[in-house]
Amino acid sequence: MLPWMIGFLGLTLGPMIYSLYLSFTKYNLFSDPQFVGFDNYVRMFTQDPQFMQSVQITLIYVLVGTPVKLAAALGVAMLLNYRNKGSGFFRSSFYAPSLIGASVSVAIVWRAMFSSGGPVDSSLSIFGINIGGWVGNISLVLPMMILLAVWQFGAPMVIFLAGLKQIPQELYEAASVDGAGPVRKFKSVTLPMLSSVIFFNLLLETINAFQVFSSAFIISNGSGGPAGMTNFYTLYLYKRGFADGQMGYAAAMAWVLLIVVAIIAFVLFRTSNRWVHYAGESK
Amino acid sequence: MSTIEVDRAELLEGQLNPAPKRKKVKRGTVNTVIWFAVLIVTTAVILYPLVWLVFSTFKPSAEFGQNPGLIPDNPTINNYLKVLDGIAGIPLWRFFANSLLIAVLAVIGVLASSALAAYAFARIKFKGVGIFFAAMIGTLLLPFHVIIIPQYIMFQKLDLIDTYVPLILPKFLATEAFFVFLIVQFIRNIPRDMDEAARIDGAGHIRIFFSIILPLIRPALITSAIFAFIWTWNDFLGPLLYVNSPEKYPLPIALRLYNDATSTSDYGATVAVSFLALLPILIFFIVFQRFLVEGVATQGLKG
Repeated sequence: MLPWMIGFLGLTLGPMIYSLYLSFTKYNLFSDPQFVGFDNYVRMFTQDPQFMQSVQITLIYVLVGTPVKLAAALGVAMLLNYRNKGSGFFRSSFYAPSLIGASVSVAIVWRAMFSSGGPVDSSLSIFGINIGGWVGNISLVLPMMILLAVWQFGAPMVIFLAGLKQIPQELYEAASVDGAGPVRKFKSVTLPMLSSVIFFNLLLETINAFQVFSSAFIISNGSGGPAGMTNFYTLYLYKRGFADGQMGYAAAMAWVLLIVVAIIAFVLFRTSNRWVHYAGESK
Repeated sequence: MSTIEVDRAELLEGQLNPAPKRKKVKRGTVNTVIWFAVLIVTTAVILYPLVWLVFSTFKPSAEFGQNPGLIPDNPTINNYLKVLDGIAGIPLWRFFANSLLIAVLAVIGVLASSALAAYAFARIKFKGVGIFFAAMIGTLLLPFHVIIIPQYIMFQKLDLIDTYVPLILPKFLATEAFFVFLIVQFIRNIPRDMDEAARIDGAGHIRIFFSIILPLIRPALITSAIFAFIWTWNDFLGPLLYVNSPEKYPLPIALRLYNDATSTSDYGATVAVSFLALLPILIFFIVFQRFLVEGVATQGLKG
């Protein structure tokens, strides 16, 4: 217990309070922090177009990427759940990208795959679609990043699969008797029975998606380009704080992120009463 | 749903649908074939980037951009030879050794501190345990970036930049809630009778922890160790902030040397190093995939 207490107080709670204080200051690591009130926050929302752009692309990334990723995870999990024999191999193959996905190597491969003359580009040109490289293309680099996120659907898939295995088979049989087709069964049995797992995955994946960093850093060589289209929130925060030495501003950005994540978690928890069912347990 | 109802349902179905069994089997087979086909195609798409990486390491740099396919036109092992020579006067094994050192220390730290903390959460009753447990779960959702700035300032004031201390110290202090949580869940499944019996025999918490709990939570420890290793091996932001001298770089940062300096001219070397950096994780994955998959599944379900 003691090590955790030290770690929690010294490396989590203490720094949190300090970073809240920093967010109201101007601090460049060398001279003392200067108290500036809400200036950082005001500047962020009124005078910093780069900030607004990074918010925008991060939101698109989260709002498009996360549902697609979860849908893919659920779809594949249901496929794997259909039959037991042989699904172990597929399950592992699909999980592999999730595990290695955070590595720099993957970001490098991804960039090569989508570059001009790379495998993706040339297979699309077979169908007569000539778009050249995705990385330098302002409108395609964000979809490319979303594809990278969706590619790593393995972790939520494994959780979905464990959830699917716990749904009693009788419920499906009963639904068949009532004349329910596959769509109806999915809507009335699978979704409600799986809702707590969906909730868990949604919460975790949303929060993770807000924090995308290393792939954006590698793919844009730390610049967030082209034209700021990979300047995701945390990359911009890193650039402000650690490259430009605007620690106060970066701390304020971190707090905005924390508040947004807290609000999302709160809203999800509050609305979850309405759509999350805990099987067989009355609360 | 009672069993009686189920039986009746089956009976009913049998009466309404006295379908010949042969037909049913046939449809099952067709479905299975479609099932296999869909999954094989999906697997091929999912794994293609990795397979492409492996084959590309044998392409001469000039071939990139001209041959997007899998098989190199002029296979060569020059990429590997060049890469093994190192970069900027630093041999490749040095980066591997750095990464390995950090990862091994991190694994030791995570296991020691998380197991102790988890034992305390699961078994010791003390004031405020509920609040602390909630706080610990809360840190699971806390964006890392809120604390990275003050941590950086702190380590800078302590003159610990360009050492491995900022990377390893947090692991010894159980800051990664994922592992504490995983082990807590595991300990809660161990019947309390065992440690109560030990307590009657006069064993204290330390004794109970080491001689009863620790051997029983081995599966959770193995899962944690594997994850801790892989995550530390992959970590990019930490070393990017704290490690400045190239001879201390772990692999992910060293990869940037290849990538930045040579991305246009020497694609071959870049992909070769990328693959070598990925290799330990891939081996880990193949050997331990069962533990990893189950670790994720339990973490999710009991959440």
